[in-house]
Amino acid sequence: MRPWLPVTIAGLVSTPLAAADLSVSIDIPRINVSEYHRPYVAVWLETPDQKVVANLAVWYEMKKANAEGTKWLKDIRQWWRKTGRDLEMPVDAVSGATRPVGQHTLTFSSGKAPLGTLAPGSYQLVVEAAREVGGRELVRIPFQWPAAKTWSAKVQGENELGALTLTVQP
Amino acid sequence: MTRTLKLAVAALTVTICLPLTLQAHRQWMLPSATILSGNDPWVTVDAAISNDLFYFEHFPMRLDNLVVTAPDGTAAKAENQGTGRYRSTFDVHLTQKGTYKLAIVNHTVAASYTANGEAKTFRGSPDAFAKEVPAGAADLKVSRTSSRNELFVTSGRPTETVLKTTGLGLELAPVTHPNDLVVGEDATFAFVLDGKPAANLPVTLIPGGIRYRDSLGEIKATTDKDGKITVKFPAPGMYWVNATFSEGGAPRREGNPPSAAADMDPRPARGPNVGAEAATQEQAPAAAPAGGPRGPQAQGPGRPGGRGPGMDNRPIVPGRRASYIATFEVLPQ
Repeated sequence: MRPWLPVTIAGLVSTPLAAADLSVSIDIPRINVSEYHRPYVAVWLETPDQKVVANLAVWYEMKKANAEGTKWLKDIRQWWRKTGRDLEMPVDAVSGATRPVGQHTLTFSSGKAPLGTLAPGSYQLVVEAAREVGGRELVRIPFQWPAAKTWSAKVQGENELGALTLTVQP
Repeated sequence: MTRTLKLAVAALTVTICLPLTLQAHRQWMLPSATILSGNDPWVTVDAAISNDLFYFEHFPMRLDNLVVTAPDGTAAKAENQGTGRYRSTFDVHLTQKGTYKLAIVNHTVAASYTANGEAKTFRGSPDAFAKEVPAGAADLKVSRTSSRNELFVTSGRPTETVLKTTGLGLELAPVTHPNDLVVGEDATFAFVLDGKPAANLPVTLIPGGIRYRDSLGEIKATTDKDGKITVKFPAPGMYWVNATFSEGGAPRREGNPPSAAADMDPRPARGPNVGAEAATQEQAPAAAPAGGPRGPQAQGPGRPGGRGPGMDNRPIVPGRRASYIATFEVLPQ
């Protein structure tokens, strides 16, 4: 029975998701520094001319007293300029706590917040990370929406981000 | 030290500084940040006068005439003000969301005229001038000087209320918001002189960090007929922005109006604009042969070591002089 188990689970999970999906896998790299803080990370979608169409995730220190963690949101520099400064944090279905070193997979469904309904066309996934007493990095992955069949792209970050994988499912 | 000795030392200091103050020292304000997030942001600002940007190494800037305008247009406080040997500092608590303006502004009028056969001089604020000097006075010679040194800082989304111009002096009427400047993008700024487009005006933008490079690295631009310049910033950082308008024969120089020194008055100011006039004296280092910014020891009432007798009798050079200074922060892409 054991060899069948993964297939069964996969079948159970994927079957109900008839609507198009967008899945983002983000690797937060281990960084060998004496003072390490988890990075602030923003994930969003934009058009090829860099207009924001959807905020997918913002990881920051949400739990600090008096919302003190919002002080460094501006360090996610491009996100702050494009959309962050217009938002009142936290944002439902978007904001979340900072995440530890390792791989994190986020899945977004068409028609549901925060992805919503995306018009067919060319887009870019943008992932920007900024780390307290550390650096900042921004990675873009262009893609077409919707996908005729499952499509995937992987980009390797250099410093603050590890491997990023975007998967678009029809 | 006795008071007399103190005065003597102060006077001596000023005398020694004479040659130095003839150089084009730059007045500047340097904020801890211009773009802020969070629910309780503050900025702190260094304000100084020096050659190299942005190193406080020469004189502190006087804060007498500092005005902080909140995003809703009301006055906000400049807290924790202090003046040391080389710099002044102050803090602003950004309790509102939006763009604040931190500005040191001075307007001075100097005039000579004849009334009842007697030669008269006037030095003071534009308001006092309008009240005290008869409009049709004989032999009237008027020199008007304005200087403006400002910063913009934004908490959250940039707003426009504080960007409205007043119609007096040389002012920036930003097309691109001054807290939305990014490397590689075109940024457009319009300059207005007394409310009208300042055409054909040379503007320089100098990046900070001068001490650690050989060339000044300034960006030079000249405004078009609408008073506009468009700049593409080559690198991120703080930029010192300067434009000086001069009409009436005095040479145009970097920094403040060349005639500012002649317009300074060591006597206690008249009228309601006391602060403005007192500050004017300290806001004119670029060409202040006898005054200019002094060390903290020379401040306070009495103004020891101001200038010698007869200084007030120098002839008025009629004309209009106005300077604009700002510090812009440009972010990386």
